[in-house]
Amino acid sequence: MDNATTVVAMQPPAAVDEHEHVSLPQHRHHFETEEQQREAGTFGMWLFLLTEIMFFGGLFFSYLLYRNWYNPAFVAASNQLSIPLGTANTAVLITSGFFMALAVWAAEMKKKSLLVLFLVLTTLFGVVFLGVKYFEYKEKWEKHHIPGEHFDISEFVNPPRDVKTGKLVEEPLPPDMAQKTQVFFSLYFAMTGMHALHMIIGVGLLLWLIPRSQRGDFTAGYVAPIENFALYWHFVDIVWIFLFPLLYLINRHPV
Amino acid sequence: MSATSSTIVNLPDQTTATLPKRNYINAEDGMLSWLLTGDHKRIAILYLISITFFFFIGGAFAGLIRLELLTPQPDLVASDTYNKLFSMHGIVMIFLFLVPSVPATIGNFVLPIMIGAKDLAFPKINLLSWYLYWIGGLFTLAALVLGGVDTGWTFTTPLSTHYLNTHVVTAGLGVFIIGFSSIFTGLNFIVTIHRMRAPGMTWFRLPLFVWSNYAASILMVLGTPVLAITLVLVVLERTIGIGVFDPTKGGDPLLFQHLFWFYSHPAVYIMILPGMGVISEVISTFSRKRVFGYTAVAFSSVAIALFAFFVWAHHMFIMGVSNYSALVFSLLTMLVAVPSAIKVFNWSFTMQKGSVTFETPMLYAFGFLGLFTIGGMTGVFLGSLGMDIHLTETYFIVAHFHFVMVGGMLMAFLAGIHFWWPKMTGRMYPESLSKLAAVTTFIGFNLTFLPQFVLGYLGMPRRYHAYPPEFQVLNVLSTAGATVLGVGYLLPLLYLGWSLKYGAIAGNNPWQATGLEWQIQSPPLTENFIETPVVDYEAYDYEWLANKTQNEVTTVG
Ligand code: HEM
Ligand SMILES: [Cu+2]
Repeated sequence: MDNATTVVAMQPPAAVDEHEHVSLPQHRHHFETEEQQREAGTFGMWLFLLTEIMFFGGLFFSYLLYRNWYNPAFVAASNQLSIPLGTANTAVLITSGFFMALAVWAAEMKKKSLLVLFLVLTTLFGVVFLGVKYFEYKEKWEKHHIPGEHFDISEFVNPPRDVKTGKLVEEPLPPDMAQKTQVFFSLYFAMTGMHALHMIIGVGLLLWLIPRSQRGDFTAGYVAPIENFALYWHFVDIVWIFLFPLLYLINRHPV
Repeated sequence: MSATSSTIVNLPDQTTATLPKRNYINAEDGMLSWLLTGDHKRIAILYLISITFFFFIGGAFAGLIRLELLTPQPDLVASDTYNKLFSMHGIVMIFLFLVPSVPATIGNFVLPIMIGAKDLAFPKINLLSWYLYWIGGLFTLAALVLGGVDTGWTFTTPLSTHYLNTHVVTAGLGVFIIGFSSIFTGLNFIVTIHRMRAPGMTWFRLPLFVWSNYAASILMVLGTPVLAITLVLVVLERTIGIGVFDPTKGGDPLLFQHLFWFYSHPAVYIMILPGMGVISEVISTFSRKRVFGYTAVAFSSVAIALFAFFVWAHHMFIMGVSNYSALVFSLLTMLVAVPSAIKVFNWSFTMQKGSVTFETPMLYAFGFLGLFTIGGMTGVFLGSLGMDIHLTETYFIVAHFHFVMVGGMLMAFLAGIHFWWPKMTGRMYPESLSKLAAVTTFIGFNLTFLPQFVLGYLGMPRRYHAYPPEFQVLNVLSTAGATVLGVGYLLPLLYLGWSLKYGAIAGNNPWQATGLEWQIQSPPLTENFIETPVVDYEAYDYEWLANKTQNEVTTVG
């Protein structure tokens, strides 16, 4: 792919570069040194994450705008989300991030079986997170909280009463404000959906990294793919750390 | 082989000269070696062929639009077909031609060589970005074949999400994918410029072409993702009915405008900045002078990139933004004119102090200067609130952006292609024909678009396929101009193609320019440099070049 034939002809036969140490097989011809290659890779990854920030930035911007405009609708809609599930999922995700950090450590320490173990654990916790998301979405579907034709605002206009005390669970919203809860749910699905999509891509990458780790690709001194993937995974964690309070915990903030 | 006084072209003796035996073109044989290549120069060629293809598709639409407008009556196409024509024209020209034009072709080819690198930092991502370009391009073509889109290139909601029953989703996905191609190009450039410069190639020895592509890359990396998420939201709104922009659910169509223009205003500079880089190289070479105020020109690129993010709402003056914010955006818009003007003044000073010759690239560069200046100054009109309310959505705006993007960018692109063609192919093109093409383009361009300023001022709205009869004379002029312009664009296709086989052998440095790319053989080796060069001279140091002896040139036989 990298025009290997011509390049080989140009390089000294023993694959020893100018700095007199043996190149790893992953050293690409157009970099002067492995150090340069590693720095370029990391820098590229950070830039990519910057584009991701801008990508989510559009959503966060919309969220802040509408939350200012339609605060009562946002609070009421937010109360329909399950704080216990959200909290549990936050814990699950942070745990998977922790295992990912351990995986980087294992790769750097050249501990192959630990690396594989930690990557598998990262994957598992990632999948659990997605499973919980599935149940949350399903509940929204059943409650008719998916924006569109079947969206149901009756619960926001006539909130149910508590069975024991007979008090209203929630302040009733005037119908036009209740309509605006759709915007909250639109953003909820767009933001968590985008986040979940990033998790799915991450799990896919993990499933590709695990067999390669088993082959020992990353425990001989070449750890860049593990490190760069970890950056990605932590980024996805961090996005969630912002999403969780913004979407689930609005009510804790005095209205 | 001494140069005559009116020209600096310096070709090797044609009776003995041959192309270097080994170069990037013949390094490997077969289609597959091209389709799987990691060589930035081959990827540049792939891009060049691809964007030329799309340019002529977009051009065919333009031709049909102008034919329809030949007469006041709607006689050639129905109104909905007309809507599809200008939408596809805009989408193809912006996303498939203008955005990738200079960076992906010329930039890909010369930028790594200019900084003394063997390749871009991520060759595979570079190739991937070409494939993404084509996947996105095929989606866009599919939208066309399936029946077209009629939203205009701006995909404005709620028009695009609720009222138009055309292939918005397909086209939107196409543009989304092309966006990633552009993000990856920008990312690759930034990392390469930061990490792969040869020893001695300090930031202030970088050719200005590198600076301007660096600035454009920042815009690509920061702006394009915002467009991407906006299009995702449009597609989600159309398909599953979420309501971020939908007023019936409490969403706000104006938010779409904000997000869209947050990308699309800077996108104008994604398109024009690399072109400005070309102009700096060309003007310096054919004036035999370091660009006057090198640092100012370099920083003005970065300044344009930064300012570009703060003026988007000048596209929304009549869309319901508050008077107060309109005022602020109007002022900020004026500010962007400053760094652009700095460039134009510095180029003029460079020429005034240099010994100017008029080779073809220089003719195109002159075309750029004239047309870009008109385009830029009319932009100031549009940036001022009161004028804009009269002129927006008329042909004045059509003329304005064609002056900047077609008059400016396309001229710069052609200047660049003619400038680096000898390096890319090792051959020259016929000088008289190429000069004829440059002049034809310039005349055709003015004939096409100058009347449109008048039309717009008189009140002819854009995006209509019929108009009152009193506008016909100017429209006929414009269509006639478009025909001349079309000839101007076809000519290079013909003689550049011809030159591939029959052109004179160019040698390493036909223009006697100073850039690193001119110090290696033409066409270059796959690995660009046999030894990593050490740079010990400033950019555009013509004295250094004069002192350099011929045998220092890096070639292999
Ligand atoms: C051959 C010369 C060209 C002619 C005669 C031409 C003609 C036109 C006309 C008449 C319109 C206005 C349609 C309307 O708003 O009613 C238009 C729109 C546009 N043109 Fe061109 N064009 C040419 C070349 C180009 C090129 C080379 C580019 C870009 C590189 C370009 C970019 C655009 C864009 C972005 C629009 C806006 C489309 C929209 O309103 O959605 N044009 N063109
Ligand atoms: Cu603008």
